[in-house]
Parts: sequence; C-alpha cells; structure tokens
Amino acid sequence: MKYVNQPVQKTDAMALVTGKPVYTDDLAPKDSLIVKVLRSPHANAWVDTIKTDTAKKVPGIVCVFTYEDVPQKRFTLAGQTAPEMSPDDRLILDRHVRFVGDAVAIVAGETEAAVDLALKRIKVKYQVETPVFDIHTAKDNPILVHPEEDWKLKIPLGGDNKRNLCATAREEHGDVDKVLSECAYTVEHTYHTRANQQAMMETFRTACYMDHFGRLIVLSSTQIPFHIRRIVGRALDIPASKVRVIKPRIGGGFGAKQTSVSEIYPAFVTWKTGRPSKMIYSRYESMICSTPRHEMEITVRAGADEHGIIRALDVYTLSNTGAYGEHSSTTVGLSGHKSIGLYRHTEAYRFCFDVVYTNVQAAGAYRGYGATQGIFAVESAVNELAHKMGMDPARMKELNMPVEGGPLPGYPDVPYAQSCAMDRCMARAKEMMNWDSRSLSQDMGNGKVRGLGVAMAMQGSSIAGVDVGGADIKLNEDGSYTLALGCTDMGTGCDTVMAQIAADCLETPMENIVVFSVDTDISPYDSGSYASATTYTTGMAVVKACQELRKKICELGAEMLQTEQENVDFDGSYVFCAEDENKKVSLEEIGLKSTFFNNIELQVVKQHSSPLSPPPFMVGMVEVEVDKETGNIDVLDYVAVVDCGTPINPNLARVQTEGGIVQGIGMALFEDVQYTDKGKIRNNSFMQYKIPSRMDIGKIRVDFESSYEESGPFGAKSIGELVIDTPCPALAEAIYNATGVRVRELPITPEKIAMGILEKEMEK
Amino acid sequence: MNIKFWLNGIQRQEEVDPGMLLIDFLREKGCYSVKRGCETANCGLCTVLMDEKPILSCSMLAVRIDGKKIVTLEGLQKEAEEFGTFLANEGAEQCGFCNPGFIMNVIAMLRELEEPDEEQIKEYLAGNLCRCSGFVSQTASILKYLNYKKTQEEA
Repeated sequence: MKYVNQPVQKTDAMALVTGKPVYTDDLAPKDSLIVKVLRSPHANAWVDTIKTDTAKKVPGIVCVFTYEDVPQKRFTLAGQTAPEMSPDDRLILDRHVRFVGDAVAIVAGETEAAVDLALKRIKVKYQVETPVFDIHTAKDNPILVHPEEDWKLKIPLGGDNKRNLCATAREEHGDVDKVLSECAYTVEHTYHTRANQQAMMETFRTACYMDHFGRLIVLSSTQIPFHIRRIVGRALDIPASKVRVIKPRIGGGFGAKQTSVSEIYPAFVTWKTGRPSKMIYSRYESMICSTPRHEMEITVRAGADEHGIIRALDVYTLSNTGAYGEHSSTTVGLSGHKSIGLYRHTEAYRFCFDVVYTNVQAAGAYRGYGATQGIFAVESAVNELAHKMGMDPARMKELNMPVEGGPLPGYPDVPYAQSCAMDRCMARAKEMMNWDSRSLSQDMGNGKVRGLGVAMAMQGSSIAGVDVGGADIKLNEDGSYTLALGCTDMGTGCDTVMAQIAADCLETPMENIVVFSVDTDISPYDSGSYASATTYTTGMAVVKACQELRKKICELGAEMLQTEQENVDFDGSYVFCAEDENKKVSLEEIGLKSTFFNNIELQVVKQHSSPLSPPPFMVGMVEVEVDKETGNIDVLDYVAVVDCGTPINPNLARVQTEGGIVQGIGMALFEDVQYTDKGKIRNNSFMQYKIPSRMDIGKIRVDFESSYEESGPFGAKSIGELVIDTPCPALAEAIYNATGVRVRELPITPEKIAMGILEKEMEK
Repeated sequence: MNIKFWLNGIQRQEEVDPGMLLIDFLREKGCYSVKRGCETANCGLCTVLMDEKPILSCSMLAVRIDGKKIVTLEGLQKEAEEFGTFLANEGAEQCGFCNPGFIMNVIAMLRELEEPDEEQIKEYLAGNLCRCSGFVSQTASILKYLNYKKTQEEA
C-alpha cells in the first residue's frame, strides 16, 4: 500500500490555504436576490393577520411570501435515507409558529438594505398562546406543539402529536430489576446534557438559480446533496427531477448540515421568480433557528457484583426535540445502543425513551448523535459505581470493556465485536497518562487540586443496512482517472481519503486521479456524509468500482494484445501477457483506445451498503486542575487512544480526534444553549455562546491502536463522531476526583464546582 | 463617499456607501478570501492587514481605509502557499473556512514577533477560532514553519 495509512496532504489543500473562492457565497451568482426570513418573536403563536403591502413597496423588493403562498404538504428537513424516520411536521411557512425564531415570512430583494427595511415593514398580528418549555411536563400536556391533523409519522415509532410525543420505545433483555436486586453494588442517577451548537465556521447558506432547461439549481453548503434534492422537491411540491443540487467546498458541518436549514427559502424564491437568489445565514440566525444537539436527561441504574462485574444497566432517556422532529427518533436510540454496549458482561438491560416536542428551536444532528449524551450518562454512572466500591474506574472498565470476538449488549448492528482493540487503547492510554503510578487526585497546596478522569466510548460506522455509498470511476484517454463521488467532504478530507483508496486499488499515483464531488446530476447516488459512514461505506464502493475497472482494463488490454483476458495481468501502468511480459500495452494506450471503435466502456459505477455497523472504540483520559476558591478549571492534558480500524490517513484521523476532543471539552465545560422564560435564546452570538479557543485547551495527545475490520476498506472503520464522546464523562470524573464534587448536569461550570465545594464544606 | 486606498499594492479610488463594512466592500472588490464567521468580532475569519497591522474587517467601516494600505490573502499568495504547505502537511487546514483569517494573523505575528514560543503563539492567535482542528495541529505547523525558516536563514 503506497497511499493507504499514509499522512497524505489533502488534494484541495492549496486552494483552501490560499483563500481561493471555493465556497457557496464565493460562487453564488453576483446578481442573486438577497433572501431573508421574518422570524417569530413568540414561542407559540398563530399568525392572525399579516400585512405585506408596505414591505412590497420598498424599492428593490421583488417578493414577500407568507403562509398563504406556500404548498400545504408537510415534510421534514432531516436528511435521512429511506425509510425516513423523522415526522413530516413542517411547512415552508406555517400560520402556527412554534418557537422564537420560527419563519413567518420570506422577503427577497435586490439589496440587503432593502430586504432589512422590508422586514421591518411587515405588520403581523399574532394570537399568542402559552408555550411548553419543560421537558418533564411536555408529554401529554394539554398545550400541543403540533395540534395539526396532517402531522405524519411515516414509520410507526410510537410518536403521537396529540401527546407532544415525537417517538417512544422500550427495549429489554432479561429481567433488569431482578438482576439489579441481586447486585452487590448499585447506583441510580440522572444526568442532564444540554443543547449545543455545532458552530461550524461557515454558517448555513444556499444560492439558487434556474438553468436553460427550466430546472432549479441549488448550490448549497450541505452534507446531504441527494437528500436536499428530495427535500426541496417535496417542500416546493415539484418533482425532485426538477432540482439539481451542487455542493462546493463546505466550511464545516458536524451534522448541522445534515438538516436542510437554509435551502428551502431561496429555492422557493427562485422557483417563484425565476431569478437567482441566495440566503446567507448570519451567525445570529445560526444560533437561534438552526439545528443544535438534542438536550437529553438520562437516568441510569447500574449494578455490579462484588468483583466489579457490571451485570445490569437500565437507561431511560428523555430527549427534547424542540419545535420540530428532525433526527429525533434516531438520535435518541444511540443514547442507549452506544452506551450499554460498552459493558460486555451485562446480563440484563433495559433502554426506554421518550422524545418530546417543546416550543424551542428544533434539535438535529450533531457529531455523536445521541451517543455523546448516552455515553456521558452511562460512563459517569459506572465511574460512580467504581467509587462506591472503592475501585479504580479504569480497572472497572478493564474488567467489563468490549473485547474482540465478545458481545456488545444492546448494540444490534453487529453480531459481536468483530474488530476491537479497546483493551490495547486502555493499556496505551494508561501508559501515556502514567495512570497506574499516580493518585486520582493531588492537592497542589496552592489552593489548586488536580484530578484524573477516564471514559470509554464507541460509535458506529454507517447506519447498518441503510446507508449507501457510491463511486463512479472511469479511465480517461490520457490514462488518468476520474473518480466521481456523492459523499461530501466538509473539511474532513474524504475526497482525499477516497483518492488514496482508489490509487492503491489501481496502483496509480494519486495525482493521476481527479476527484469530483458533488453534483446530483453527475455524481453517483450516495446517502451523504453523516453517521460516520463515509470512509467505511463509500470507501468500499470505491474499492469495488476500482476492482471491476481493473478487469475492464484487462479486457480491453487483452483485446489490444489479441489474446484472452485470462492471459493478461495489470500492474497499474501496463496490461501485459503473463507468459511474455514484453507483450504489453500502456494505460495511456488503453485509455486512448477506449475513445475509438470500442465496445468495452472503461467506466464503473458501484454502490456499497453494509448490513453491519462495526463500532470504532476509544479511551479518553484527562488531567484537570481546579481552583478550589473560584471553581476555575484548566484542562492540562488529554490523552486519546483510538481504534478506528486502519486509519486511511493518519494525519486526518489525528486531527479529527483533536478537533472532536476540543468540541467535547466545549460541551463539557461551557457550551450551553440557554433560554429566557419567554423562550428567547440568550446565547445568540459568539459573544455569549463561547466555543473553545486555543487558550482553553492544554495538551492533547492522540495515539492509535488499530484493529482490522474485515468489512471495511483496507480494514477501516469510522472516526468522525466517536472522538467527541469521551470528554464529558472523563472531565466530570476528573473534576470529581479533584474536588469531590460530582456534576451531573452539563456544562460543568466553575459556579457549579465552587458552589459544590462550599456545600461539601457546609456538610462538614 | 469617495476614498483613495491601496488594495494589495494597487492604488484605487472608489465611491463607497458610508455605512458599508470593510468586509463587504472587500468581497465586493473580489477579495473572496475574506470570510465572515460571526458579526461580533469574535472569530477572526475576516482578518486583513491595514498599514501592516491585523484588523477585523467586519468591525470597520470601509470609509476608514481612506489613505491606508489594505492587504488581503489575495495579495499574499506566496506567503500563504509557503506557510499553508506546513499547515496542510499537518492536516490542519481542514474545512479551510477559517484559514485565510488565521494565515493573515500568522503572517502578521511572524512580522511582529521574533521567534515566538508556543505560549506567545497561542496568545497572539487567541482571537482566531477554528471548529475543526482543535488547534493542536495549527500550533504544530507554526512551530515547524518557524524551525524551517530558521534553518533556511542559517544555511
């Protein structure tokens, strides 16, 4: 292997570092109408009357649309493969507005100033109703977020809009209550994770224009071009064939762009007016009306025998989907499936959940997708159980962790852990942190205390039996290859990773492969880049396509050599006769031959779906220093050891890990979408919603302990999401070890720690 | 208002709306490397040089560049490529959206500080946010670049 497992530079690197115009707004037609949305000031209200005449008269205004102008068929903005599990609960504009920031009217005009003025001139009279905010009282509350009759769940998931219930389920194996009653040690606690913003640097944005065939071109910063085509078609009530979606470079996604946040508004404007338009979300809009992480409250009961073997886990998750149900029935599943599976001796488990509607900004996909929340809860509970037994939490994990060939209880997507190096991850992490020879807490004698914390995590690699990867590879007449993809490189480097895989499969230099992505008219179908699917799923499609193309190259080469295909071989540069290596034709000659008098097409399109979702595994360990007086936390050192199977590009895998850990540190320590009692978001800019800066992190050290996953390309599994899962539980544990204060509600702020320390002192 | 200024070494005279922000003006003039990541001067994506000093173009009116020299990454392509190679060799460029503002500030830092250490680097660049990389690889690329420059000078 020349390229796989090598730290190859990204193929688009030089365009990015020199600031070339490669993003949506750089490429949007210069005469685009500016599109903005008037947003509701109320959390739950009905538009009584809406007057747009004065707004329309503002010079430069081209159109103003209200709920009366849009199609009346409900749809979802969630980018998911069939069977689509999110409920159809949206209209482009609805008379019923369900959160502060919900769309009331669309305005398009020649200049931003004209549009801003017109927005102010729209007069709306609202019939204001009492909102539902409390997740505990949302279910079966008489106030309904979705009272409408045409609310539709396409897959029966227990959701019922007349109960404010988006989804509900119960999964059980064995008699949890009985096993728990037999356990020598048990804990029961409730953990609360908050909504967080993905906060990718490029906000949501879309530009639209009509082509010469009367089709709608949607140029968008999205992770899901093919889903966008379907969603826009449905929202506008036009055939999806009328829509073509193009994805340029994307300035980050982290799941946010797995929901169609910005597309439908300019799409509607361009479809109605025939004119190019664009909608560029401000950071403010990206904070108040986007698609943050689901807030979850998770109650865990865990029981162990006297040796520290975990015998039973009981997990109940209450998830807050907010005003709309995007990704809600699916995210919540991971809170149990990816956490219970970490404990292989579990004889009995139960996982129940409710997902409720409330009148806040709708939640959506964010890296980790429910696993992050569930792993915080279960890892914290197990750490608490270890302390109750007087056992080293790392030791308890060693006794119970997944092992290769062993079971993953409650995780339905592989029959057993086929590839797993969690044991080596733990051993290496302990070695790097010098865990065994250090105390979990250390008083520094200057008012500061240090603590060590540990957590394990697992995720999936694609959605088993659902996700589709696509690859289309062809040989060109100059002997170069074009690899067309439908997956979406959002900075992660998948275009490069796919080229590495193709180059090794075809034994050709990477420079000889042009990667193209994504245009729904040209690219092969691909579910898109989410669910930690791309390397694992699309990577295999690339392998399959290259293997078949090699055969075709041999077939044409054999024809040129006037021999049978079984007599020839291909070394990447030449097709040659096995018996006489001097009889050969070059790749260039074959490429050229394919362009005249030829019946063997040198192009292969392959799809790949896996019935499995083999989990990547990791161990995170952290050392913190806490100021006992102020509660201030310094993250001194974070050690992460990851088993993602074969890292196709070790550089990109390492940076994924570092980036995921820093996002996780933000989630653990300060990121929190907060609301006023009227449902207005407090943190509507980077001024109030702080994401980690380079001053907020200490050392981060990453290492890999690779297993080999047979079902993945060159043994690869996933990495993108896994890496955000350990900071929350590891930091909560380290802070506990430092201070004795256990914080079960994120973020773990200095206030909570300082107050916790005070309370402990008062108890004495 | 009519203003005279230098943009990437070329003197220009333009009519600007008094309320126009520098970032929007520069993008209108084709400097697409200048990116907006927030509206509150928190992210550093829109960093450009004004008379050699790094400034946030989202927080400055375009009229204030009257008589000044403005440099964007379009005017520093060679430097961007040179340092950018180090960034890319670490896999640190990631989505690339924060790269232009970050690299502008790195260039400003290297012109201002002689041999900055890790702490000084972090402090100087504290206002440049990045959501992809977790910063570690960015710092590593700067240190490696500094080392390369030093060996070059010594040679």
